[in-house]
Amino acid sequence: MNSVKKQKKATVDQSSCVACGCCIKVCPMHAIEIMRGVMAQINQDKCVGCGKCEKECPASIITVQEVGA
Amino acid sequence: MKKHWYDYLWIVSLLYLVLGFFNILFAWLGLLCFFIPLIISVAKGNKGYCNQYCGRGQLFGLLGGRFGLSRRKDIPKWMKSKAFRYGFLIFFLAMFIVMLWNTYLVFASAQNLSQAVTLLWTFDLPWQWAYHGTLFHNGVAQFAFGFYSVMLTSTVLGLITMVLFKPRSWCVYCPMGTMTQLICKVKNKKA
Repeated sequence: MNSVKKQKKATVDQSSCVACGCCIKVCPMHAIEIMRGVMAQINQDKCVGCGKCEKECPASIITVQEVGA
Repeated sequence: MKKHWYDYLWIVSLLYLVLGFFNILFAWLGLLCFFIPLIISVAKGNKGYCNQYCGRGQLFGLLGGRFGLSRRKDIPKWMKSKAFRYGFLIFFLAMFIVMLWNTYLVFASAQNLSQAVTLLWTFDLPWQWAYHGTLFHNGVAQFAFGFYSVMLTSTVLGLITMVLFKPRSWCVYCPMGTMTQLICKVKNKKA
């Protein structure tokens, strides 16, 4: 039987992002970059779902959710 | 994480406020916080200033984060709405123009120099100890008082939202941040 491993990943509500870059500084995986000064983008391959960015984001628009692997 | 030289710019931001307490003419240096972000956003099309160099953001991050002076609650929804952010930007610019107008009046000798720092666009704080005369026109000092008022007001607002919400809540509605993001949006649509 195949066991589906659930993983946690951070996602950004990009329409509300202010592109301040607070999340970049706390990401231990260097998985976040600000796309052209408009919004944050999380590299889903690098993200380990630790939730540091979620806590840091001053607008609270990053959420860590379970995703099917 | 490895620290860079620009991770210490919070010292500069703090120093700015302190220097303005002793000699108001230092307030002119605050123009750097206006022009550098704009130049970076126009020339490079990114928010490098917010992302790396903003000393004020670092100061809030330090006080609210490491010193724990923040409740770390979510900012209210309306405060991150586009309406509020752009509204605050427009209000901020309007107040800035009023400040420039008052400076002009002093330059034109239509108004006397007011040696006060206006907090939250309303409360005049006596500040005459920080003025020791200028080699230039009194208008130069008037601009300094006005500009320092802008900087102190935004610092106070930032500190209040730092305590109430997350450390860098100011970044959500910072007029410079909104303006540079707008510039990046326009610039990158064209490209």
